[in-house]
Amino acid sequence: MMRKFYGTELSNGLMLGTAQYPSPAILADAFERSGAAVATVSLRRESGKDKAGQDFWEMIQRLGVRVLPNTAGCHTVKEAVTTAHMAREIFGTKWIKLEVIGEEDLLHPDVFGLVEAARILSEDGFEVFPYCTEDLVVADRLLNVGCEVLMPWGAPIGSGQGLNNLFGLRALRAHFSDVPLVIDAGLGLPSHAAQAMELGFDAVLLNTAVAKAGSPALMAEAFGLAVKAGQMAALADPMEKRDMAAPSTPVIGKAFLT
Amino acid sequence: MSLKISIIGGGVAGLCVARELVDRGADITLYERGDGVGKHACSWWAGGMLAPYCEGETAEDIVVQLGLKAADWWQKSVKKGIKSGQKGAEKAQKVQKNGTLVVSLARDHADLERFTRRTRCFTRVGADEIGRLEPDLKDRFSKGLFFESEAHLSPREVMTTLRELLVFEGVKFIRDEVEPELIAKDGLTIDCRGLAAKDSLADLRGVKGEMLMLSCLDVSISRPIRLLHPRIPIYIVPRGDGIYMLGATMIESSGGKYATARSVLELLSAAYALNPAFGEAEILEIGVDSRPAYPDNIPRLTRDGNIISINGLYRHGFLLAPAMAQMVAAHIFENKSLEMKHEYSA
Repeated sequence: MMRKFYGTELSNGLMLGTAQYPSPAILADAFERSGAAVATVSLRRESGKDKAGQDFWEMIQRLGVRVLPNTAGCHTVKEAVTTAHMAREIFGTKWIKLEVIGEEDLLHPDVFGLVEAARILSEDGFEVFPYCTEDLVVADRLLNVGCEVLMPWGAPIGSGQGLNNLFGLRALRAHFSDVPLVIDAGLGLPSHAAQAMELGFDAVLLNTAVAKAGSPALMAEAFGLAVKAGQMAALADPMEKRDMAAPSTPVIGKAFLT
Repeated sequence: MSLKISIIGGGVAGLCVARELVDRGADITLYERGDGVGKHACSWWAGGMLAPYCEGETAEDIVVQLGLKAADWWQKSVKKGIKSGQKGAEKAQKVQKNGTLVVSLARDHADLERFTRRTRCFTRVGADEIGRLEPDLKDRFSKGLFFESEAHLSPREVMTTLRELLVFEGVKFIRDEVEPELIAKDGLTIDCRGLAAKDSLADLRGVKGEMLMLSCLDVSISRPIRLLHPRIPIYIVPRGDGIYMLGATMIESSGGKYATARSVLELLSAAYALNPAFGEAEILEIGVDSRPAYPDNIPRLTRDGNIISINGLYRHGFLLAPAMAQMVAAHIFENKSLEMKHEYSA
């Protein structure tokens, strides 16, 4: 059973970003072939002014998937809150992916600013998807201020490294077994996405791995299949690892070959 | 009697179409929004790189193909201006065929590897070769790519020369904002208005670009340099006399009269990374405009009765306008289809 995101059930666990594609036509193709359930859109403040980005947003809305606006590139609480308000007005949705960046080289979330911005936005009726780390205490604080979904990173944004801290992510999954969790950022290959889903995460969010591939649409389809495979595997209750071999046929009584 | 044709729009597309049609003996009237070549056309802010192979990193193959002969076309067109003594033609003569150099900072070498895989017709260069090509970048980059056959030009000078030559050859330039439907009642009309034609071309959108013009006598760079970066690929194009054009952002937005502080910071820090002496550069201009683009970022030629429209040249105005203009001429005079085809390379 897939956990619901603020009461909404998604058709699958793939969320795809909309930046950095060679063209909007290729972007649309990637969405179609991946079957992604959600499109994230980052709002540049300047495009919000006078709705100058209208053409692009209308194109995103025509994709026919659920839109999750994103406060990408915001470095302060105030900036993130302002961007969230602009996004709500433009896209007519309470959903907001909240990014408050605290460090430039790893684009590490500023977890203190994040909790503060999440509190302000939750109180204001937003349904916040916070981009966080695997830190259990930060996760707890985010839930306390009203978040009902968490988006821990797999690895730094755009790095393509996959799941960097497996132990931490497993702990997070085990600790918050009722909370929908989305692996956001750092995925480079479909196998990374499958692994996240196998660990029991509810969705993955990625952008660069598809947009910067030589054939974005083909890579998008590969991610769509990987997410599906991982999701099925998680439902199928995978076997446990063990240290010794376990023969799949009985050994005792078997005829010896001479 | 020669065929009368009207062109609406005096940017790079309109001027190239006029050139091709005049060469075929047409009698041209060109309607332009502003007074001559100027800021009202987004080509005023162009980089002027004729770099089909580099563009191939993200552009479709047809863009590469159609752009291959652009440098020769511009060289030929400008030379005509020099022969007929158009002022400024000497400066505009500089359709420079000395290649493009692509570099990245060590932390972004993965982006250079990707660029290597996605493009062709380059040689890999190391620190020594980079220093030989551009002495002022010596010891600053350990790896790069050199696209020897690419070229660049100075858009403003080249467009001015082309326009003056067309005036000399009898093209009537009229300063007026006109509706194609009205003009087309009197005959064949080529709509080259760019984003101004948005109301009649539903798919067209604007992609905002910001650029800077710098004056820096302390740095001498002779060819376009592309500095790869995961978010904002930046290029610097020498205009001669210590003037450099630094561009350009790509933002999905059709509005905005002003550049943002963030964009200017990012552009300047890239220049600074190329050579810290750019820190002393004087900022001559901060330019902003929106480029017209279709969803696939490939230009289109369409015909509706008496109106032929050329649009969606995106960031490839100088690279693609010559081929587009030749297609229009071949359509009018040889009845060829307006469909974009690979064999049409100027």
